[in-house]
Amino acid sequence: MPAPIIKVDAISKSFGAFKVLDGLSMQVMPGEKLALIGPSGSGKTTILRILMTLEKIDGGHIQIDGEQLYHMERNGQLVPADERHLAKMRQKIGMVFQLFNLFPHKCVMDNVTLAPMLTKGVARAAAEKRAMELLDMVGLADKAKSMPAQLSGGQKQRVAIARALALSPKIMLFDEVTSALDPELVEEVLNVMRKLAAETDMTMLLVTHEMGFAHDFADRVLFFDRGRIVEEGKPDEIFRHPKQERTQGFLKKIIAAGHRV
Amino acid sequence: MTQWSGYLGLILQGALVTIELTLMGSVLALVMAFLAGMGRVSRFFIVRAIATTYIEFFRGTSIFVQLFWAYFVLPFAGLSLTPLQAGVLALGLNVGAYAAEVVRGAILSIGREQYEACTALNLGRWQGMRHVILPQALLIMLPTFGNNAIELLKATSVVSLISLADLTFQAQVVRSQTGSTLMPFVSVLVIYFALALIISWGVRSLERRMARGLDGVRV
Repeated sequence: MPAPIIKVDAISKSFGAFKVLDGLSMQVMPGEKLALIGPSGSGKTTILRILMTLEKIDGGHIQIDGEQLYHMERNGQLVPADERHLAKMRQKIGMVFQLFNLFPHKCVMDNVTLAPMLTKGVARAAAEKRAMELLDMVGLADKAKSMPAQLSGGQKQRVAIARALALSPKIMLFDEVTSALDPELVEEVLNVMRKLAAETDMTMLLVTHEMGFAHDFADRVLFFDRGRIVEEGKPDEIFRHPKQERTQGFLKKIIAAGHRV
Repeated sequence: MTQWSGYLGLILQGALVTIELTLMGSVLALVMAFLAGMGRVSRFFIVRAIATTYIEFFRGTSIFVQLFWAYFVLPFAGLSLTPLQAGVLALGLNVGAYAAEVVRGAILSIGREQYEACTALNLGRWQGMRHVILPQALLIMLPTFGNNAIELLKATSVVSLISLADLTFQAQVVRSQTGSTLMPFVSVLVIYFALALIISWGVRSLERRMARGLDGVRV
């Protein structure tokens, strides 16, 4: 059995007096597609942000690809990671945000090529060639010269996916990537993610309220509540036969709200 | 009539000095604004402290006093400046202190999500600042920079107090030589106003050029 690519060990995190994550532990295998579901405030987005080093942890350890994320070894001791160590670890991870976070002053092409050119020293020609392949993959090759403000929400999100992929991360984090989209634009983004899942062996973690998509997409579903994983299992087990009362209650509410499962 | 054109020549010479002071002062102000403005958002306490001290000191003391220090007091410390150098120094440092707060405000106005995108794309702090934050912040700074430049233009008249022959100084010369008050003062009024208009237009066209594409309409 291969080693897990993500190993989260007893992570805790508070915002003021509010404990978002309470001794959370989880493991993710290489290539696994994981769906994180649960009510808002349950900590599922926070764990993604922690993996992307956008939030600091209060306690616990995280290993990515066999290396400590927030710690490093110095003279045989684990000490807090410095900026250089974090930068090295971030190369393994990419993230797509709910609100796209594109750079509004740069055209689509420059949005995608900026990071590879700056952080990996890729030459412009090579970066643009790779960007065109990625834009083609997300169906936006003809928008390379457009500015973000000229794109629809679905197009913006597909550019954001291409931008994150341009750094060839081993792990991709998707944080409610369709929540800000008009309903008719959701499907084009989900299609890109299906394609990604089918064509690559990237590890993918997805926080979502699209239960139907989570069911089809994920190898494993984690149900979060109050900073802990209450229940986990194969999509069929979680969605069709949830064992925990809190999972049952959450899914009932979601279905009542009109989401397809 | 030839006499009048001679006097007008004097005033135009003064205008050249004013323009020179404005341009050089603006360059120094711009440099100081970015140094101090970015210093104010630095991670390092000592950098923040130096930037804050500079800003508060130069905003909190009069530009007259600053000019007198540059011209009359610095020589005691072994640093003798020409009137032009003293003028540029005082104007640049003074207006730079105001503009530094513009830089700081604009940087802080860029949303957290842009910084987070930089982190997620593994850009270093300076790379993110240089390629993502500052280009967007610059657009926010520009209108206020235009204000600052006009303020600087008008403040150049203080150098007449250290007998640098700028526009205001020359107007006084013409007035005392001809006894006419109206002609020199109308001239300098019109010239200051025209110069300010040029700055306004310049800044506005720069703004338009930089905003291109951002709203999704103009490309």
